Amino acid sequence: MIEVVVTDLCTGCGACVQACPSNVFATEYSGGPAVIARQDDCQTCFLCELHCPVDALYVAPDCDAVLGVTQAEAKASGHLGRFKLLSGWGANPEQYPDAHWRMGAVFERAFALAGVKRP
Amino acid sequence: MTDISMSADVLIIGGGLAGAWAAVGAAREGASVVLAEKGFCGTSGVTATAGPGHWWVPPDPPELRARAVAERMARGGFLGEADWMARILDLTWRTLPTLAGFYDFPRDDAGITQYRALRGPEYMRAMRRLATSLGVRILDHSPALELLVADDGVVGGARGYARQAGQDWQVTAPSVVLATGGCAFGSRLLGSANNTGDGLLMAAEAGADFSGMEFTNAYCVAPAGTTMTRAMAYSFARYFDADGRDLDIPPGPDSNRHLATALAQGPVFCSLERVPEDLRAHIPTIQPNVTVAFERAGIDPYTMRFEVTLRGEGTVRGIGGVRVHGGACETGVPGLYVAGDVATRELVTGAISGGGAQNSAWALSSGLLAGGGAARRAMSQSRAVRPLRPVGQGGLRPCAAVKPVDLSAARALVATEMEATDKNMARRAAVLERSLAELDTAWHEIASHAVSEGAGRVRAREIAAMLAAARWSKASALARRETRGMHWRADAPAAEPGMQARLTSGGLASVWTRLETVAQAAAA
Repeated sequence: MIEVVVTDLCTGCGACVQACPSNVFATEYSGGPAVIARQDDCQTCFLCELHCPVDALYVAPDCDAVLGVTQAEAKASGHLGRFKLLSGWGANPEQYPDAHWRMGAVFERAFALAGVKRP
Repeated sequence: MTDISMSADVLIIGGGLAGAWAAVGAAREGASVVLAEKGFCGTSGVTATAGPGHWWVPPDPPELRARAVAERMARGGFLGEADWMARILDLTWRTLPTLAGFYDFPRDDAGITQYRALRGPEYMRAMRRLATSLGVRILDHSPALELLVADDGVVGGARGYARQAGQDWQVTAPSVVLATGGCAFGSRLLGSANNTGDGLLMAAEAGADFSGMEFTNAYCVAPAGTTMTRAMAYSFARYFDADGRDLDIPPGPDSNRHLATALAQGPVFCSLERVPEDLRAHIPTIQPNVTVAFERAGIDPYTMRFEVTLRGEGTVRGIGGVRVHGGACETGVPGLYVAGDVATRELVTGAISGGGAQNSAWALSSGLLAGGGAARRAMSQSRAVRPLRPVGQGGLRPCAAVKPVDLSAARALVATEMEATDKNMARRAAVLERSLAELDTAWHEIASHAVSEGAGRVRAREIAAMLAAARWSKASALARRETRGMHWRADAPAAEPGMQARLTSGGLASVWTRLETVAQAAAA
């Protein structure tokens, strides 16, 4: 679930307000940092993080409970911007090139290892 | 009262993968297109969180596709149609390379451009850019609530609610494409929160029928307490019970049945220690969200055991949906088309899940076909203004006296009846009958008494839609007294030769089912 907006990083650009498929962020835009208005509606898809240009959002993998991660904890976690980085989304895409095309070969290896014919 | 009023040749309802392809298909025919999406076209729907590896078979030598189709026909229990399979293989093969310029297709180790498997977030970003470049007008955060229908039954538009603006919208269009996705019945399947079957309900209210709604019992493994239903790495998984005993569950189509049995006994733990070292290095750039979720949970899946659960996939990786009546994905209701997971995928999958492969090829192909057909129909229509009436019922316009209805309880009921593996994975007549009776009661409560206003209409309609879809599913599962493909009747474990046929269904006040041979269904 979305845990926290790091307000000293957030520029109030509104990208997350638009990109969130579950309309979690407050739409009454004031020009200040984004506000999590409907946390329970978060579907834990992490996609707001990709669309945030300044890595100010932290989504925890827990989908049933709010953990209460603070802004300081989010910043110290080293996880801010990590999803974007691994996705090659934004700056320096060559650092982590898209390897999605390898997916088929991964399944082949798994089924070969198990001695099971791949369906 | 309508605050936003627009007209177009084609209205697309739903902006996931199929809706975006439908918009592109319609715009490429020269039609004016409006696309209304509940969330954001680019992040909404189950493609955006996943990574579809399309069904992808080269055209040469021709035996390759012939063999792929023949294999699929057999594995799908002969409920598929070979010509539809060949068609989507061809369309997908020819179409994906046209995304170059919008999607940065990677090259493999040999330098060959790879078109088949696309990362979801980038794929949907590319689709939005492509659609926009063709002049498609996108209404984000604009869930549709109901269709508009003329007196002769022809669909002519839709109404909805622009939830960020707090305004009602109305779009009139001679052709409407439903692309609202499958129904996940409120499960925690990754990316599926908006997949509440809205289009199924709207289609039924306009008079459409359904097919394959018994095939709703696909499941996917995920770390407990998370939505991360991405199965790839689990093909290497070892599973253990709470005492650390190896459950010896091999990868393959039956692994979820074994997992469900184990989960009924107690918690199940997983280790990904068998993932080879060289692959571990690639997983973060194959499926970045999987790595991110493990890292944030403090789990090293290669050395630590972590608890897992199963998430129901409803009709998303299930198969059923609005019945397809023609080669342009017509619904049988004039002016109404379907694309993607709101439509039945039996044509291309048969009775087993299409997984990411057939389903994404279907989303692309049915989108292009429905969008193209909708555009050609719209542009051949007269522009005379026709009186239209909104036809939404359940959750909007009660048929009896208004009184308070517990929508949360109805939502919880759907989730239980459609996800609990003892009710939905392994099926028995007595349990299905009880489920159907409870779902019927909840449906009639909402249809008779519930009324909603403003933003509350969106939720009320979602719950009504999930109830309607759940009823068709249970009724169809009852009627198919055999085991075929994913549909597993624990009380009828063999396939019945007489049931190598499609089950069509429909109805709101009362639900019906009918068995039709594949040839009959294809000719309809």
